[in-house]
Amino acid sequence: MTIPDKKTSLGLLRQMMVIRDFEETADKLSLRGKVSGGMHNSSGQEAVAVGVLSALAPLDVIATTHRSHHHTLAKGFTSREIMAELFTRSTGISGGRGASMHLGDVTKGHFGGNGIVGAGVGIAMGAALGIQQKGDKKVSVGFIGDGGMNTGRTWEAVNMAVIWKLPLIVVVDNNQYAVETFVGRVTGGGDLAKRAEGFGMKAFNIDGMDVLEVRKYVSEARERALAGEGPSFINALTYRYYGHNVGEKGQYRTQEEIDTWKSTKDPIDHFTAVVIENGYADQAAIDEMRASVRAEIEDAVAFADASPEPDISTIYDDIDSGKLGVQL
Amino acid sequence: MTTAPTTAPKVQNPNYSEAFQSGVREEMKRNPGIFILGTDLIERGGHFAQVKGIAQEFGHERVKDSPISEAAMVAAGVGAAMYGCHPIVDLNFIDFAFGAMDEILNQAAKIRFMFNGKVPLVIRATSGVALGGAHHCNSLESLFASTPGLSVAVPSTPMDVKGLIKTALRAEDPVIFLMHKKLSGIRGEIADENYFIPFGKAKSIRTGTDAVIISYGYSLVTAQKAAQTLEAEGVSVEIIDLRTLYPLDEQAINDAVKKFGRVVVLDEAPMFGSITAEIAATATERNFSSLKGPIVRVGGARAPISANPAMADAAIPTVASIIKAVKQVMSY
Ligand SMILES: Cc1ncc(C[n+]2csc(CCOP(=O)(O)OP(=O)(O)O)c2C)c(N)n1
Ligand SMILES: [Mg+2]
Repeated sequence: MTIPDKKTSLGLLRQMMVIRDFEETADKLSLRGKVSGGMHNSSGQEAVAVGVLSALAPLDVIATTHRSHHHTLAKGFTSREIMAELFTRSTGISGGRGASMHLGDVTKGHFGGNGIVGAGVGIAMGAALGIQQKGDKKVSVGFIGDGGMNTGRTWEAVNMAVIWKLPLIVVVDNNQYAVETFVGRVTGGGDLAKRAEGFGMKAFNIDGMDVLEVRKYVSEARERALAGEGPSFINALTYRYYGHNVGEKGQYRTQEEIDTWKSTKDPIDHFTAVVIENGYADQAAIDEMRASVRAEIEDAVAFADASPEPDISTIYDDIDSGKLGVQL
Repeated sequence: MTTAPTTAPKVQNPNYSEAFQSGVREEMKRNPGIFILGTDLIERGGHFAQVKGIAQEFGHERVKDSPISEAAMVAAGVGAAMYGCHPIVDLNFIDFAFGAMDEILNQAAKIRFMFNGKVPLVIRATSGVALGGAHHCNSLESLFASTPGLSVAVPSTPMDVKGLIKTALRAEDPVIFLMHKKLSGIRGEIADENYFIPFGKAKSIRTGTDAVIISYGYSLVTAQKAAQTLEAEGVSVEIIDLRTLYPLDEQAINDAVKKFGRVVVLDEAPMFGSITAEIAATATERNFSSLKGPIVRVGGARAPISANPAMADAAIPTVASIIKAVKQVMSY
């Protein structure tokens, strides 16, 4: 795999570190009751988020799932506004209305995290249709989990994207479990790329622990989409280090399995080694980077903590525009 | 089919979920056609431990882990029910019913009317406003209750959970069985295996002499607090728990309206289009002359539910808003 230039590579590494630190910090805060409604931790899945978002243009659209801190950070939203959202403060990305599961800002091409499994792919498909209608040079990415591969709405959306050649990239953030259910237990046929291929689209099973591999496949998918060749499907195999939701420690997988993934496949360790090997950084530079990430996340927590609660009198605001009744 | 052992674990002072388990276990032993289908049921026992241990007791043929495929889950339940089984489809949160709405409202509900068939099906889900944000806090009960062919249970105690689920599992109709998130932790007595609560029978859960609050689900907890405060101020409030929203206990509502003439109807669904409107309108038509003044409704905001706890609380009735409503009917 050809490695990008130094600045880009260090940027990818730092972004993955930010996600990891953010998640581990937020997880602890959530256990202390600071995160309204708990959260879904994406530790282990950094390479998928950073690989995908680094291959997109800033105004490309994403729509995502209940587990979306990593996608949202990688899209360029700040640790501050996401941490504040987890604390349901008014300074959060969704004004404190959404907490962990509903991060989004449509005006910036983030069409939302989602409480409903599979819903994001349909919305991303619709955004791709909008892009096509307007003749824009953009793509839309729909993130989905392995569990979301078995809800019908996913495939209705995929089929439409294929027949209309929409600039859609479906990315399966395949951490291999849906809550406690192993993907192999509920996935007929077993091979997700083959399933997608059956709909007539380019589809790939790739290593979701390798940020450069994810980036490469998404870049190519984006080129195809911009060339009018239609959607692509990328099943990125990854692993979730923590429970489905904060505090969950089920019996559905062994500690040995978790440890093996962490010690042999960790996306940050792996890419750190690549960066050092290429002479882009030495250990001291890596340590410095980690320290700056730590400071950024501490600052985000302090910012969130100091932010005001939303005004409860705003619960009726922005439900609709109120303009339909106006005589035109 | 695996055969069930004869002894089920006995639980003292069970919680809401354990009461559900108890009723389901007893009926599963009796009727081999009952099976449960949903996500993460076998190991986890469901998100609220509502079927914990049942797979281990009855085997994996009778507790089936499903992919996240709500439309197919409900369709599977409908078809199997038509074929003679008695499935329990566990949707986890009622919000996920949106992905299976045709299967519920257009298929399950209408088959008896259209095709000379029965649909003995229970759709269980956790409902109600709590933390979790806009996608997990929809109140859909009035939609189901207004759909011909569906019945809707909204138990508020372990006793009622067990008594109602047992009745549902002996019935031949599709039942929407809603268990409130914020009641998950409550404990209480349950009855033995011969206790069945018929649908359409409300229950007075607090006796009073001055005014009546008609409600269901978690709102009853808030209503009880309001009633205690009012008691201290010299106002004696009766509280009626509807227990099922369809069939609705019209007799109990009529009697209460006639007896008190001062009526508050309460729930946490958005007040616009809530079942409380149905109750108030019908009671007004039938018993206008018994009323001392207008029935007062207390309900939820017509607003999506925020994840911020204070904003979520601001969207549903409070002790203060219930007290205010009771004082209003007392002013007539
Ligand atoms: C329509 C719908 N059904 C069920 C759920 C409950 N639920 C939330 S997350 C989840 C598992 C999703 O697994 P996956 O798609 O693999 O995503 P992951 O959690 O692994 O990121 C389930 C069943 C839901 N939110 N929406
Ligand atoms: Mg998964």
